[in-house]
Amino acid sequence: MNDVQIWTYALVAITFGLYIGIAIWSRAGSTKEFYVAGGGVSPLANAMATAADWMSAASFISMAGIIAFAGYDGSVYLMGWTGGYVLLALLLAPYLRKFGKFTVPDFIGDRYYSNTARMVAVFCALLVSFTYVAGQMRGVGVVFSRFLEVDINTGVIIGMVIVLFYAVLGGMKGITYTQVAQYCVLIFAFMVPAIFISIQMTGNPIPQLGMGSTVNDGSGVYLLEKLNGLSTELGFAEYTSGSKSLVDVFAITLALMVGTAGLPHVIVRFFTVKRVKDARKSAGLALLLIAILYTTAPAVAVFARTNMIETVSDKEYSSMPEWFKNWEGTGLLAFDDKNQDGKIQYVADKAKNELTVDRDIMVLANPEIANLPAWVIALVAAGGLAAALSTAAGLLLVISSSVSHDLVKKIFVPNISEKGELWAARGAATVAVVIAGYFGINPPGFVAAVVALAFGLAAASFFPAIVLGIFYKKMNKEGAIAGMVVGILLMLFYMLKFKFGIFDGGKAAVEGLKASWWFGISPEGFGTIAMLVNFAVSLVVNRFTKAPPENVQQIVEDIRIPSGAGEASSH
Amino acid sequence: MSEKQQKASAYWKENLGYLFILLAIWFAVSYGAAIIFKDALNTIQIGGFKLGFWFAQQGSIYVFVILIFVYVRLMNKLDKKYGYDE
Repeated sequence: MNDVQIWTYALVAITFGLYIGIAIWSRAGSTKEFYVAGGGVSPLANAMATAADWMSAASFISMAGIIAFAGYDGSVYLMGWTGGYVLLALLLAPYLRKFGKFTVPDFIGDRYYSNTARMVAVFCALLVSFTYVAGQMRGVGVVFSRFLEVDINTGVIIGMVIVLFYAVLGGMKGITYTQVAQYCVLIFAFMVPAIFISIQMTGNPIPQLGMGSTVNDGSGVYLLEKLNGLSTELGFAEYTSGSKSLVDVFAITLALMVGTAGLPHVIVRFFTVKRVKDARKSAGLALLLIAILYTTAPAVAVFARTNMIETVSDKEYSSMPEWFKNWEGTGLLAFDDKNQDGKIQYVADKAKNELTVDRDIMVLANPEIANLPAWVIALVAAGGLAAALSTAAGLLLVISSSVSHDLVKKIFVPNISEKGELWAARGAATVAVVIAGYFGINPPGFVAAVVALAFGLAAASFFPAIVLGIFYKKMNKEGAIAGMVVGILLMLFYMLKFKFGIFDGGKAAVEGLKASWWFGISPEGFGTIAMLVNFAVSLVVNRFTKAPPENVQQIVEDIRIPSGAGEASSH
Repeated sequence: MSEKQQKASAYWKENLGYLFILLAIWFAVSYGAAIIFKDALNTIQIGGFKLGFWFAQQGSIYVFVILIFVYVRLMNKLDKKYGYDE
C-alpha cells in the first residue's frame, strides 16, 4: 500500500465513523423529527445542511472539470446553480415555511385543494429524486474504485449501506446533523488543494484572485491570457469566450436556476427552521456557504486545464508522471499514439488528437498533477464521498416522505398511526436505496443526461405551480394541474426526442437532430420553454374555470404574512 | 376592507416592490452583464479578468449572495414596521 492509500483509508474511516456517530446520537423518534427534524434547526445549521445537500458529486467532482473543458460556456452551471437561490429566497422559501407542511406535494395538494394535484406532484418529486440519486451512487463508486482500489460495484454497495444506516435511522434529524459535518469535510477538502495550487501557480493564496493574477514564472503574463493562448494554439476555442450560442446559454442558465428553485429536496430544507425570518436568513447563509465552492471551482478549472496542457502536450509518453498511469488504469484517461512518434498530441482536431480525458477526473487528479502531498489527495477522496453521500441522503428522504406521507397517509391509509407512518417512511427509504444502488451499479448509460432532465422537469412542473400558488390568489386547481401536466409532458417529449433520439432511431440520430432544435435551444435549456408553456397554460385554463373556494384564498392571504408560523404540522 | 386587511395588503405591496427591484438586479448581472452584453464588457480588462467573463464566473455569484442578505434586512425592517415580527 502506498502513502495515498493509507491516508485515504484513514480519512474515510474517520469521517464515516463521525457520520455514523452523529446518526446514532440524533436518531428520529417521531414523524415530525423524521420529516422536518422537529422544526427547530438553527438557521446556520440548516444552511450548512442545505449547502451539503445541494453540493452533490456533480458539484464537487464534475463541475470544475466541465468548466475546465468548456471555459466560458461552463458559466451556465456556476450561475444556474447559484442564481436559483435568489429565486428560492425571494419567491418560495418564506411562504412555504409559513404554510408549514412537511413536503412539496403537501403544499400543492392543499393549496390546490385536490388529490389529483397531489398525485401529479408526488410523481414529479419521485421522478426528479430517483434520477438524481442514481448519479450520486455512481459518484461514490468512482471514488472508491480509484482510491481504495475496490471494484466500483463494491464501492456502490458500501455507499448504500452507509446511507441506508443513517437515513433510515435518523430521518431528517439525523441527515441534517450529518450534513453539517459533511459540509465541513467537503469544503475543507475542496479548498485546501485549490489554495495550494493557487500559491504554486500564481503566488496568490486566494484562488478567486489567483485566477486573475499573473503566472508565477516572472514573465508577467496573466494566467487567463496564457490559457487563452495555449487553447487557441491547440485549436480549441478561446477559454474566456466559449462556443455556445447566446440564446442557448441564456436558456440553459434560466432552466438551471428555475430548476434549482423547484427541486423538492432543496425546498424541503426550509421547513426545518423555526420562523419565517429564519427561512429567509437560512437561504442567504446557504448561498454564502455554497458560493465559497462555486467561486473557487472556476479557479480550479483554470489551474487544472493549464497544468494539464503543460504537462502532457507534445511530451514523451514514456516520461509521463505516475498519476497518468494510475488514471489510465481506470479507463478514464486514454492515449492512442496515432502518428507513432511516442509523443502526446493533445489538440482540438479529432482526427489528430491522441489523448482522451474524462471530465470527471479533473478535480480528483488535480492534486496529483500538481504534486501535492499524499494527505491532500486523500482529503479530496473523503470530500467527494461527503458530497455524494449528503446529497443521496437528502434525496432519499424526499422519496421516502413522498411515499409514506403523501401517498400512504394522505391518500391510501388516512388513519395510519404515527408509528405506522414512521415505519412506512423507513421501509420506503430502504426500497429507495436498493433501487438507487441498482442504478448506480447498472447506470442506464445516460446518468449525466438524466440529471439535466431532473432540472428541466423541476422547472417545467413545480416552479410555476408554487409561484402562482403564492402570488396569484385566484389561481385554481384546474389551471395548476393542466399547467403541470402539459409542462412535464412537453419537457419529457423534448428530452426523449432530442437527447435520446427515440423517435428517430436512437442515440445515433442525436447529433443530426441538433439543426432542428426549437428556437436553437438544447434539451438542457428547454426547461425554460416548458416552464413558460406551463405558466401560459395555467393562466389560460384558470381564466375559463371556476375560482378557488373562499377558504383557499384565505390561506393564500395568510401565508403572505410572516408572523404566527407556528410549527410544521401534518394537518 | 377591515383595518387588518388594509395593513396586510399594504405590507404585501411593499414586499412586491422590493422583489421587483431585487429581481431586476438579479437579471441585470446574470443575463445582462454575463450573457447578453458579455462581448462588449470583455473589451474592458480588470487585472487578469475580462469583465464579461468575470461577471459570468465570479461577479454574478457575489451579487446573488449580497441580494439575499439585502432582502433579509429589508424584510426584517418591513416586518417590524407592520408589527409582523416575532
